[in-house]
Amino acid sequence: MKILVCISHVPDTTSKISFINQNTRLDGNGVQFIIGPYDDYALARAIELKESVSGTTVTVINVGPADTEPTIRKALAIGADDAIRVNAEPVDSMFVATQIAEHAKGYDLVLMGRESIDYNGGVVHSLVGELLGLPSFSPVMKLELNGNKVVMAREIEGGKEYLEASLPLVAGCQEPIAEWKIPNMRGIMSARTKPLKVVEAKTIDLPTVSQKFELPPPKSAVKMISADNVAELVTRLKNEAKVL
Amino acid sequence: MKTLVFVEIADNKVKKSSIEAVAYAKAMGGEVTAIALGTVDTADLAALGTYGASKVLHVADSKLNQGIAKVYASVLVKAMQEEGASILVLATSSLGTPVAAQVAVRMDASLATNVVDVPDTSSGFVVKRSIYTGKAFAYLSLTKTKKVIAIKKNAAEVKEVGAPVAATPFVVTLSETDFNAIITKTEKATGEVLLPEANVVVSGGRGLKGPEHWGILEELAKTLHAATGCSKPVSDMNWRPHHEHVGQTGVKVAPQLYIAIGISGAIQHLAGVNSSKCIVVINKDPEAPFFKAADYGIVGDAFDIIPKLTEAIKAAR
Repeated sequence: MKILVCISHVPDTTSKISFINQNTRLDGNGVQFIIGPYDDYALARAIELKESVSGTTVTVINVGPADTEPTIRKALAIGADDAIRVNAEPVDSMFVATQIAEHAKGYDLVLMGRESIDYNGGVVHSLVGELLGLPSFSPVMKLELNGNKVVMAREIEGGKEYLEASLPLVAGCQEPIAEWKIPNMRGIMSARTKPLKVVEAKTIDLPTVSQKFELPPPKSAVKMISADNVAELVTRLKNEAKVL
Repeated sequence: MKTLVFVEIADNKVKKSSIEAVAYAKAMGGEVTAIALGTVDTADLAALGTYGASKVLHVADSKLNQGIAKVYASVLVKAMQEEGASILVLATSSLGTPVAAQVAVRMDASLATNVVDVPDTSSGFVVKRSIYTGKAFAYLSLTKTKKVIAIKKNAAEVKEVGAPVAATPFVVTLSETDFNAIITKTEKATGEVLLPEANVVVSGGRGLKGPEHWGILEELAKTLHAATGCSKPVSDMNWRPHHEHVGQTGVKVAPQLYIAIGISGAIQHLAGVNSSKCIVVINKDPEAPFFKAADYGIVGDAFDIIPKLTEAIKAAR
């Protein structure tokens, strides 16, 4: 079986976000970049499947400039066999999906996170599925293989949906589909020599163009209320904040 | 300009997020057609006219009660073509988002999800999106003639602007091959306020000490007609189900009022609540980082404060 895992290269969840160049670019200064946490779940599940189904190979793909390579190497250290980097800024979800679809033909399973935690589009899996004519599902919190059949659980508002579909398919993953994996020393050493192919992007007529970024207005200071006067909180919520 | 709005249904009722989608489409200007798929209360459907739809379409096929995105996308593409609609508006959700993406591919449309405000059409067509999990916004120009917009909660104000419109049946032949999965079972909490849609959310953290103490929190939530949420550790320890986990890797909420009890306020939790209008934090630790992100705070013991708060709310009604 051939599995393709799509990974994003995103600021760590605890990063303070700010912008430069007249608010047109993220200030990457001091920001630590990681494999998208949801993509990390997808990768972990792919490695589990590789361990349980013999003959399985896992390829990772990232759409990004050269500075994403340490992130790709980390995915190789976790256990992926080889990698593809599409040399372009991931400027639009359709653009990213088009690049992935170009290289995803022939894979049985295309896994990625439910969304990237930078732009939060949450659509690349559905776009890739549609571009390839494959079924796509998200957010998938359980994925088991039974021959050609894929048994999944998907999180829906207020509960879960259990479903079955056939390979090949595309899934956007989230916890608790697998436990995150930490690379070991042997993995880190071997990742250095695993194949990482760099390819140029396919150009498309961009459907969206980012104009500028903006930070939310600063929050006003917290108003503390005495534990002996809970009724005052209710009064303030009603008359001051007007939310009751 | 003609806009189609995809109306989602839960328990035979129109979802609140879909009413917001109709209000959003109306606020954009132009003609609004709403379309619902599957079994739904007819009065509820007609009421969409009140919020801005000039036409309401309904595909009553009960095969559409189970939301397989591919099937929905095909119906919406056909409806857009037949109605001559250039824009599709829907709510960002576990069904709406994949449907939006599939329609965008097939219609060669510009796609934007998590949109928080009505577009600026003074020069082109620019939408404001929530990014970095609520930590920032992006202004995005949608360049294609056709557009698919998935809105985030509170993107438009729901106003009564018209009169009810009786739904017109929309005839469509469903393609068997679109049913690309079998939904074997759905587990859904019934009678609860859905967390992503709730106007008030009451969340508990490790400070509640165990799942057996959730009763007082549920009582408070009931008094406020609120949904209940929880922090990641609480969901990880299985005190509460995963769909109640609010935060970076869980549900992102945007209520009018968010009350956090016994939650210290890790940055990953804040990422799930930073779109709330008003945040109240109750914690016995005065140094809890959550107070910095709060509008109101009380330092005190959860088991002392929660019942007092429930009583105070009842008294104020």
